[in-house]
Amino acid sequence: MSKSFKEQFKTSYTMDAYGAFVLDKTLIFKALQTLLEEDNYTFLVDITAIDYLHVKTQPERFAVVYLLRDQNFQNLITIKTYIDSSLATQSVTPLFKSANWAEREIWDQYGIHFKNHPNLKRILNHKEFVGHPLRKDYPITQGQLCHQSDTLMDEMTPRLKSKGYTSHEDLMFLNLGPAHPASHGTIRTFVALDGENITSAVSEIGYLHRGFEKSCENHTYNQIIPYTDRLNYCSAILNNIAYAHAVEGILGVDLPERAKFIRVIIGELSRIIDHLVCLAAILVDMGALSNYWYLYNPREKVYDLLSKLTGARLTNSYMRIGGMSYDLYDGFEHDLKVCLKEIQQGVSDTLKLIEHNRIFHDRTQNVGIISKEDAINRGLSGPNLRACGVPYDLRVTAPYYHYETFDFDIALGSVGDVYDRMMVRFEEIKQSTRIIKQAMQRLPEGAICVQDHAISLPPKKEVYSNIEGLMNQFKLIYEGVKVPASEYYRAIEGGNGELGFFIVSDGSGTPYKIKVRPPCFYAMAAYPRIIEGSMIADAVLTLGSLNIIAGELDR
Amino acid sequence: MAVGAEAIFGESLITTKLDSAISWARESSMWPYVFGTACCAIEFMSVASSKYDISRFGAEVVRFSPRQADLLIIAGTVSYKQAPILKKIYDQMSEPKWVISAGACACSGGFYDNYTTLQGIDSIIPVDVYVAGCPPRPEAFLDALLEVQKIQATQSLLEDRAKRVFKGVLDV
Ligand code: SF4
Repeated sequence: MSKSFKEQFKTSYTMDAYGAFVLDKTLIFKALQTLLEEDNYTFLVDITAIDYLHVKTQPERFAVVYLLRDQNFQNLITIKTYIDSSLATQSVTPLFKSANWAEREIWDQYGIHFKNHPNLKRILNHKEFVGHPLRKDYPITQGQLCHQSDTLMDEMTPRLKSKGYTSHEDLMFLNLGPAHPASHGTIRTFVALDGENITSAVSEIGYLHRGFEKSCENHTYNQIIPYTDRLNYCSAILNNIAYAHAVEGILGVDLPERAKFIRVIIGELSRIIDHLVCLAAILVDMGALSNYWYLYNPREKVYDLLSKLTGARLTNSYMRIGGMSYDLYDGFEHDLKVCLKEIQQGVSDTLKLIEHNRIFHDRTQNVGIISKEDAINRGLSGPNLRACGVPYDLRVTAPYYHYETFDFDIALGSVGDVYDRMMVRFEEIKQSTRIIKQAMQRLPEGAICVQDHAISLPPKKEVYSNIEGLMNQFKLIYEGVKVPASEYYRAIEGGNGELGFFIVSDGSGTPYKIKVRPPCFYAMAAYPRIIEGSMIADAVLTLGSLNIIAGELDR
Repeated sequence: MAVGAEAIFGESLITTKLDSAISWARESSMWPYVFGTACCAIEFMSVASSKYDISRFGAEVVRFSPRQADLLIIAGTVSYKQAPILKKIYDQMSEPKWVISAGACACSGGFYDNYTTLQGIDSIIPVDVYVAGCPPRPEAFLDALLEVQKIQATQSLLEDRAKRVFKGVLDV
């Protein structure tokens, strides 16, 4: 048996202050290979880069960080390497297919070159863009006009060649998106068709790139919360929670019990409405319009509840670092019960129509299949991965907010097709309902924010009546919550899978860098490979079933 | 007292100006093309579904081809990368056409004052009605629709909307 990573690289790595294994860049490929093959770190969570321009204590300006999980999804390891002035390192795409788009993003945003990458080109910014916007010396407001869209032939031609097509004569080229009803937002997939069959496909994203990460570097920690709403806007609160959870991890604070339970309740409710909109939309794509009303109307009901609770229907910004903005209102429990009842009704009405429906089965079963191994290697997570039969759910593998004490099941598929992905979501709606009911029963009284004036705002009574309270409020608002220097990753189970935040803090009230691990990004990277060989109509359903949300995908 | 044709035919006939008749017909049969890119588009889903029900105002025939639509609703953030596509879609719509810019992002870039977001779509295409909100509530979308109907009511058939002077940053 070969030696494990720790044995083999004992003399070559050092541990940095934040628990990352730092290796020379020439060893990265070998190290990741050893981790994959010997230590079974099969899941590449994310790759990102850091520009240390303003941090003088670091040996080089740039570093690349790899996050991996082992096959049981229990352990997370961080590998870091510094990039010298050649600004180049080895690509790890031969090991992890998920690295393909992740490395392209780093090239696009930071200008770090990955040798042997199959197709290193911009991914989020347009092709006329000059410079690398996430570098610290790129001015945040310096926009650049784009005059023309990419033809994507530079990707398509080699793809076709690899499939044995030397001439394009018999093929028809078609753009699905970026402005197409079935592209659910702004995603573009360019396909080469032989009849109605897709011989090869390439996807282009970035049409909704809104500079989330750069904006974060220019706002205080609490000001970022509204930005997180707009990542996966179908379940805004889950994004709030994921972000606050990561920052709280660096601060090392434990939330009051009531806050944890409220986060569970509202978080699961968000998961439900996320799944509702996904299922409603895919059923419309299939031509089953009535189900849209059955599933969307309960969502509308939840909006009413959320407006009462948070003041907004969609973009709630409900969480704060160290807690949340308001406690539950009087009558919340009753409203929640009504919502859950309507949701249950909507789901059962829909299932009645489709569960034993031949057309539905024919359109979804054995369509858009992705295998277990491939799904893991490509970095899929959440319902999409569970549909392949992999029981990876952060609420179970790395429980937070007492999830281990709730009685619920992980919904699993077996084939990994459109049908499984949809049914897993239907089942998760039921399981989330179970969790909410239990949490409501166990909901304790008490504070909803950590009682620390360096983190939570003081009560308004104090602000208006004494100078300490006033100063406290003033400083927290103007300077932000001071977060100790760290490099830290923490994730929760989002609507679409592992939703994590990698935060580099420098002790001030503004993060030095924030990177989201968007579950959609990896699902979308896999999409063109899943649909190759299938029919064009199936490609539409496959996209819907992966639940790609452009805000989260492009950030 | 009725005069002219109305005096002869009684209540079975109304005389009016051609302009008013056409505007009246147009008003209640707008065919929108929803250029939905982000969160605002999710609110548009509510506008179209049963609770807010845009069909009450005759605009439920949402088209996905710009060639069949006369009302362009931009709901969501438009990035520089997206801008040429927006322009193309606008250009493909035939006259007369109207544009609603819904939400802070479409109107001004919203709180995305950064390197990738277009600071207002009116630098690319002309806009008739702006809607505030992030996202606007469904009622605000409906209000904007009514505003467009008001604009239509005042417009003469003889006015060639295609001749309006507009030069956006992508127009060469
Ligand atoms: S205006 Fe607000 S809700 Fe609308 S697209 Fe922009 S960020 Fe999203």
